[in-house]
Amino acid sequence: MRFERREHRPLALVIATPLIAVAAALAVAGVLIALAGAPVFEAYWKILVGAFGSKLSATETLTRATPLILTGLAAAVAFRARLWNIGGEGQFYLGAIATAAVGANLTAGLPGAVQIPLLMASGAVAGMVLLLVPLWLRLRFSVDEVVTTLLLNFVAILFVSMLIDTVLKDPLAFGWPQSEAVERAARLPKLIDRSRLHIGLVVAVAFAFIVHFIQSCTTFGMRSRAVGLNPKGAIFAGVPLGRTLVLVAMLSGGLAGLAGSIEVLGVKGYVTTDLSPGYGYSGIVVAMLANLHPLGVVLAALFTAIMFVGADGMSRSLGIPTYIADVTVALSLISMLVAVFFTQYRVRR
Amino acid sequence: MNTLVDILASAGLWAAVLRIATPLILGTLGALLSERSGVLNLGIEGIMTFGAMVGWLAVYNGADLWAGLLVAALGGAVFGALHAVLTVTLGLSQHVSGLGVTLFASSIAYYVFRLMVPVSGSPPTVEPFQPINIPGLSDLPFIGPAFFTQTAPTYLAILLAIVLAYILAKTPLGLAIRMSGENPHAAEAQGVNPMAMRYGAVIAGSALMGVGGAFLTLSAFNSFFPTMVQGRGWICIALVVFASWRPERALFGALLFAFFDGFQLRLQTALDGAVPYQIFLMIPYLLSIAALAVMARRARVPQALMQPYRRGER
Repeated sequence: MRFERREHRPLALVIATPLIAVAAALAVAGVLIALAGAPVFEAYWKILVGAFGSKLSATETLTRATPLILTGLAAAVAFRARLWNIGGEGQFYLGAIATAAVGANLTAGLPGAVQIPLLMASGAVAGMVLLLVPLWLRLRFSVDEVVTTLLLNFVAILFVSMLIDTVLKDPLAFGWPQSEAVERAARLPKLIDRSRLHIGLVVAVAFAFIVHFIQSCTTFGMRSRAVGLNPKGAIFAGVPLGRTLVLVAMLSGGLAGLAGSIEVLGVKGYVTTDLSPGYGYSGIVVAMLANLHPLGVVLAALFTAIMFVGADGMSRSLGIPTYIADVTVALSLISMLVAVFFTQYRVRR
Repeated sequence: MNTLVDILASAGLWAAVLRIATPLILGTLGALLSERSGVLNLGIEGIMTFGAMVGWLAVYNGADLWAGLLVAALGGAVFGALHAVLTVTLGLSQHVSGLGVTLFASSIAYYVFRLMVPVSGSPPTVEPFQPINIPGLSDLPFIGPAFFTQTAPTYLAILLAIVLAYILAKTPLGLAIRMSGENPHAAEAQGVNPMAMRYGAVIAGSALMGVGGAFLTLSAFNSFFPTMVQGRGWICIALVVFASWRPERALFGALLFAFFDGFQLRLQTALDGAVPYQIFLMIPYLLSIAALAVMARRARVPQALMQPYRRGER
């Protein structure tokens, strides 16, 4: 058996790929649910009900999707240029803590319309800085960024934990380690009353379109894709590798930092070390599920959010461990990889 | 100053160093073997988690401790096989496949654990490996309690490092593995099957990772809890670079790393809150990054690492 590169990629196949992948993942997850002794179809039905069954659950799903869109975009833009940014989680936390620190100490008292953009920018800058360090290590010392970005996640979370234990500790939090809060005026307006859904969702979707525009219509977008497709060829063709990668890192780290910032401004108003249930890591899966396409990221983030929010509900009613959501998402990633392969290759005997 | 000397002079520190190093030695050897054949395996964090869980579960259900390690090795091998199919046969991105394997292995470990072990106040425990006093040597003052009262898997890990160093450097099999990682086309021309070498190395390496994880639940601790691998897998990936892809240096690197880790723990207790504890916890990660920056340039990377091999295609 051998594989042969396809001359043409049928459009129908490309569109069907993610659907086939998700269906395959759900089938395997179904086996695991059945092994746990639960009815499979009812379990999937409960996931949908858990994710969309009420106004509360539907808004919760969209609230969950918001940071996933941004961390997914962060991973997608980096991976496109073969910059392996696995540090989304750390960038998320650093963005969050920068927002809380600046909001509580520097911009307090300013009107919301001024404060909010400033705070988002500070979160984005913090995320950028955290990714520029490993990029510098790669360009200067040729250290593979996979491990460094990953190790920096642990450092960033410990750093945040230290800050909210000491200098940024909220004295009114009854001894709980949480940061000082941003002002009411700096909080993001709600999209729907009496829910957690905030305007950050609109911002996140807008960024998906902005990134799509950047990638398809600007020189930088073209260069970043060229670097990803064929680094040596790109350098030969005159693409400035270092400068392109710095811009890619700023965009990627900035988006992940922005995700943390928006989560603070939209949901809690302050930072704790459980602000993210792994949004940075899930963002990587989201990006892969979307096949690194910025608009696909929105759909992939929605799918992931449905799985996580829906699995909570299913777990409560059927007693299946909620970890089935993580298993399904991981399986989707693997089957997506395989599915994408078969859009590019065909089997020859 | 006195506290520093006291810490360094305690046999407890040195005994802890060997204990902390054991999962790192096993994991690093596993990652190293795989990379030597040309395949990066970022699945290590998840494979260690799965090994920790499944080895523990076997013993919890009545298996012998050694059988538990064997089960962990088999569990690791299964995920290694998955990674090999994705990266060797299909030639997918080794980075992304490894991350997928990590996510899959760790989430399924948590899922199965929750299914098999009902939620309770205190986690259920097993009787772990007991320290073995090596006759004669363990009676030596200081050196005895520090180095010769470890559990069996620790001695095994050190032995494996020596064996793997020998296999890679001196045997035809080692040469075939190294050629597959350096130049698979040349290897093929010499009658070596690089695909088979890569499969074997990834699967055997993943088995070692599984055992490294099981050391945590069957020797260092006696129960399983989520996130217990705590980034050790990623440290192993860094240690491979630090070791320049050489098993004997991997042993040294893991011990050095474990020394800093054991030392900071004791320093933290000695200083008693004068410095935020998070600073100490950051040290291992910062140290890994520093080690990478220092070693990455000098290290001899296997030339075909991360390059998929397809017959007749260059």
